[in-house]
Amino acid sequence: MTSYAEARETTEGRVFTVTGGDWDTVVSGHDPLSEERIVVNLGPQHPSTHGVLRLILELEGETVTEVRTVVGYLHTGIEKNLEYRNWTQGTTFVTRMDYLAPMFNEAGYCLAVEKLLGISDEVPKRANTIRVLMMELNRISSHLVWLATTGLELGALSMMLYGFREREFILDIFELTSGLRMNHAYIRPGGVSQDLPDEAVKRIREFLGFMPKRLKEYENLLSGQPIWQQRTKGVAVLDVTGCLALGVTGPVLRSAGLPWDLRKTMPYCGYETYEFDVPTRTEGDVYARYQVRLDEMRESLKIVEQALDRLEPGPVMVANRKIAWPAQLAIGTDGLGNSLEHIAKIMGQSMEALIHHFKLVTEGFRVPPGQVYVAIEAPRGELGVHAVSDGGTRPYRVHYRDPSFVNLQAIPALAEGGLLADVIAGGASLDPVMGGCDR
Amino acid sequence: MTDSPVPTPPIGATSGAPAEFPPASPAGRGMFGIAGSGDTSGFGGLVRRRPAAVDTPRPYGEWFDEVVDALEEAYPGFDDAIERVVVDRGELTLHIRPERIAEVCQILRDDEALRFEFCSSVSGVDYLGEPDGRRLHAVYHLVSLTYRRRIRLEAAVTAEKPHVPSVTSVYPTADWQEREAYDMFGIIFDGHPNLTRILMPDDWEGFPQRKDYPLGGVPVEYKGAEIPPPDQRRSYQ
Repeated sequence: MTSYAEARETTEGRVFTVTGGDWDTVVSGHDPLSEERIVVNLGPQHPSTHGVLRLILELEGETVTEVRTVVGYLHTGIEKNLEYRNWTQGTTFVTRMDYLAPMFNEAGYCLAVEKLLGISDEVPKRANTIRVLMMELNRISSHLVWLATTGLELGALSMMLYGFREREFILDIFELTSGLRMNHAYIRPGGVSQDLPDEAVKRIREFLGFMPKRLKEYENLLSGQPIWQQRTKGVAVLDVTGCLALGVTGPVLRSAGLPWDLRKTMPYCGYETYEFDVPTRTEGDVYARYQVRLDEMRESLKIVEQALDRLEPGPVMVANRKIAWPAQLAIGTDGLGNSLEHIAKIMGQSMEALIHHFKLVTEGFRVPPGQVYVAIEAPRGELGVHAVSDGGTRPYRVHYRDPSFVNLQAIPALAEGGLLADVIAGGASLDPVMGGCDR
Repeated sequence: MTDSPVPTPPIGATSGAPAEFPPASPAGRGMFGIAGSGDTSGFGGLVRRRPAAVDTPRPYGEWFDEVVDALEEAYPGFDDAIERVVVDRGELTLHIRPERIAEVCQILRDDEALRFEFCSSVSGVDYLGEPDGRRLHAVYHLVSLTYRRRIRLEAAVTAEKPHVPSVTSVYPTADWQEREAYDMFGIIFDGHPNLTRILMPDDWEGFPQRKDYPLGGVPVEYKGAEIPPPDQRRSYQ
């Protein structure tokens, strides 16, 4: 038996020398080669994880043997909050979920409310066209952020600057239209909150003019680049079977070869009348996802152009006065607000208009009891809205099937067995947005 | 007039704060979210009735008959497992006995005439005040990529015995979504590989999306007053 503290007598009394010698016995009992196992915590605060995503990685050398994903750091209870606001106010909440694709959150929600109300066919043509226009612009801006951040994470810093530069142009168009760069609450049950101004059409035309050239530039910058190729080709492969089992949709599924795009397969908002292709690849790796997203931006430009061409003057809100928001909004210096003309009318001329405005704005409209599920093709995949009404003026329950949340389940399948550096590439290729994931 | 006078003086009545009243009944009585005030309008006594759950009679229309027939043919326990078939707003809902949900999903996924290969969404809904006590509903949305169809399955359980078999063995994607439904509603999915909280912190108590989950008010710095929780505020509902 070894003593843990050696003692010796000195002039000042007995002195112990504590060595903690059991460490050697602990170490000698393990084979350093077979048990070189490290557990690494990545996140939640880390620039490469697209927001507050936390990964717990088990490594053997540089090989990842196990990944566990922890989410929920950005949970804000939006779904619960919706239950204490009226149906129209819901748009203001849901737009904040997936903050890179606010138009899609709003559109999904509004389509669900309209289906519950049974007014899906009454939404004016112009409103639908504007919705498509806004969604496709939003898809481009979302894919641009994906390209920018993924470029940043894989060391292509210039791509980050270019991506955000072009996105800013789209956000300016949104600001011109809705009054806000993000979180627009622009699409409302029954239509859109405000007609598209002529200036916005001009800006969109301008955007259509230069964007194809810019896309070509990105491609020249990245596609042939050896570092980009090595970081993305053959990395984080997921085939169609894996995608479907794990519920992965959107560009990731299409990069594996299945042309499943809800705009084509289960159309809404009149997408069946637009001419566009569904880009696919068969490799199912990060590079294929990059190519699919680049191609999707080109297809979106095609849709935007067609939508602009078919814009005809007309109403942008349903004719039904019991549902249509009474206030005519106008853009002031501080953003979107009540138009002075409308205020003058309800305050000065028509008592009935005032009562009507007051009832609809404070109480809202009633939605017949029932439940619906509406799914749209968001930039990240299937965005599903399950809305339940109990017949009141507020949603009884709204659940968002957010593609970021579901797709993130695929991280272990993408990353286990690969290299540590490829976890970042693979995770980025799913394009998770934690605001949408955690809601 | 309402028929339930306030038994005790409202909180805040003695401190000079705005009077606060007990919450409206979960049955949806009243129009303004309060009860017990001197309401002479009569609107406070309005009772919102929950629509009775009814079977949709055949024929269901569209492709719905085809799917129900195919399921009946492929699944011997059909009569036992399917409680109700509802067609509403162009959507087909099958209400399934909770114990049978995984079996039904397996058939729906594998049978050639059904082929619901993809599980879009699993969510929960709390229908508080259901007459039979089965207030917690697990709701599944399935897609058939082959036939381009969507159906909804619903399994209702009580809050006291909230057990539903997990469908993760059929649809691995249900993993996180079942965890979310557990986290928010306390529905326990038996056979789930790792049924833990996912959005709320691990040590959270209670299930926040349940309709009887206390919301809590916001204290304000005025004579100890408190802004009442959102479900107790005076507002239209």
